[in-house]
Amino acid sequence: MRSAAARFWTGAILFLVLAVLATQTIGNQYPFFAGYVILQFIVLAVAWSILGGYAGYVNFGTSAFFGIGVYTAVFLVKAAEAPLPVQIAAAALVGALLGLGVGLLTLRMQGIYFSIATIALSIIIETLVINWRFVGGAAGIQIQRPPVLPLFDSYVQMLFVVQALLVVLAVAIARYIQNSWIGRGLQAIKDDELAAECTGVPTLRLKLLACVVSGALMCAAGAPAAMYLQYADPSSAFNLNYSVSVLAMSLIGGTAHWIGPVLGAILLGVTQQALAVTISSEVNVLVLGVMLVLFVVGAPEGLIGLIRKLGRKAAAGGA
Amino acid sequence: MFSLDLWLGAIVLGVLLGCFYAAVSVGLSLSFGLLDVPHVAHPAFLVLASYGVYVLNDRYELDPLLAGLAITPLFFLLGLFAYRLYHETFERRGTDAAVRGIAFFFGIAFIVEVLIILQFGVDQRSVTAPYIGRSWRVGDLRIPYRQLVAFAVALSLTAVLTLYLSRTFMGRAIRAVAQDQEALRLMGANPVRVKQWAFGIATAVLGIAGALLIIVAPVEPMLDRAYIGRTFCVVVLAGLGSITGTLVAGIILGVAESIVLTMFGASWAPAIAFTMLLGVLALRPQGLLGRRS
Repeated sequence: MRSAAARFWTGAILFLVLAVLATQTIGNQYPFFAGYVILQFIVLAVAWSILGGYAGYVNFGTSAFFGIGVYTAVFLVKAAEAPLPVQIAAAALVGALLGLGVGLLTLRMQGIYFSIATIALSIIIETLVINWRFVGGAAGIQIQRPPVLPLFDSYVQMLFVVQALLVVLAVAIARYIQNSWIGRGLQAIKDDELAAECTGVPTLRLKLLACVVSGALMCAAGAPAAMYLQYADPSSAFNLNYSVSVLAMSLIGGTAHWIGPVLGAILLGVTQQALAVTISSEVNVLVLGVMLVLFVVGAPEGLIGLIRKLGRKAAAGGA
Repeated sequence: MFSLDLWLGAIVLGVLLGCFYAAVSVGLSLSFGLLDVPHVAHPAFLVLASYGVYVLNDRYELDPLLAGLAITPLFFLLGLFAYRLYHETFERRGTDAAVRGIAFFFGIAFIVEVLIILQFGVDQRSVTAPYIGRSWRVGDLRIPYRQLVAFAVALSLTAVLTLYLSRTFMGRAIRAVAQDQEALRLMGANPVRVKQWAFGIATAVLGIAGALLIIVAPVEPMLDRAYIGRTFCVVVLAGLGSITGTLVAGIILGVAESIVLTMFGASWAPAIAFTMLLGVLALRPQGLLGRRS
């Protein structure tokens, strides 16, 4: 166990060092523009699967959390010109509170009712933001970037490293939850909530905890997006595409292990970035739909399931 | 403050709008309410039906309602196929069918959206008919004929479906399969065939509903997203599977939207359906006229 942890942290530090090194050596800005989006989706997918994967509560409100993250940052910049770390920390706090609210509101709901309730929440919050003049209303708002830290050539490179940090944070939290009693409790809720409750699993507290952690990470992932785009508007910040993309990434990767959403986000994120450049954003959505349907129908355990199956076959062939 | 006339107008238009909402939701009341299929692609199929009506109206100048009737057999077949696919991949495998079922139907909805965009572009499309664009004046109130047509068709559609479910053999079998699938199997009927038939009917109804959708207002490919909230709100508020309840719930939603529109403006309208939905789910999950207690 200790060596597994050592390997994980070595990998994480290596990943961060590579991210920083890349910003120092690669002059072209485009890889960071594209890479930022992929990293952002990794955080969202990993955060989603804490509630959606481990506990089996399918949250369609990713767009609500992401959008709240964006608008927390927008509000802080507009009101107090708060620096980036403050924006992210505040977004995480708001996300945790919102997660708690969602958890309390949806206590009695299971399955599709929980999913519909989370879609509802996303649209309601979007409508509130549309009618909130201070942050630009329906028309959106322009944001000025402050000067970048001297270490980096451009602001996008810095955001890329910030998002890489968030990836490590999200994965570390998801990994901790998965390996601890919390993860086993959530797994029990997924298998049979009533049986779990009867055998003494504190289902209510675990569910709320999953909502809070997942919500905080999603909002934190959304916060830098305001600075990334230098612009925010409700219909793109709360776009349902975020919810479905993140769901698709987690299901495509597989939700039994934290590596699943990471793989799914990389696969789908890279495909989407490539398609958006080469063909069009409509085809992007089409690919999202087709991949979602194919994986849900053909590979219910996602990439993890496929890899394990191949592994077993190879082992059987070798023996 | 607001005059009595304004209130009265808002309520009358709300009732008309509400019957239209009931008509576009009644299919979902069958597929989700009675059969427990998490059919989030219902609104996408609805918009697809509207585009079918648009093509028939644009090319052959067919009346939108007749066009809607003409595409119902196609949608019936689409429904049979969709249910078969859903059943084979999810219901038979059992575990977390609902979870992956929602994802599946969302995928389908996205595919339908993009296919419509690729074929017709993102512009709004509308149909032409003698009753579109004119209105009936009652005192100070102007009621567009298109709303009246939608109202009348919605009422007849609900009446026909209620009769079908209570008076015909197949209709009763559909209600039976919703109540107790095993009992139906013991009676020697195949529950899967009955459910497939019911899903076919639920999708066929979308032919007419799609015609109403494009009669009431122009459609665009992403319109289905606005109707996810409205249709699910109506079905859940109604109490799952109750057709009469669907009409009542539709009218409640219609009047609520119409009043909010009059008092606060259009930018608040999208949240009405979802706020009501959230309220119902949190406080009274069995709906107003629920089949389950």
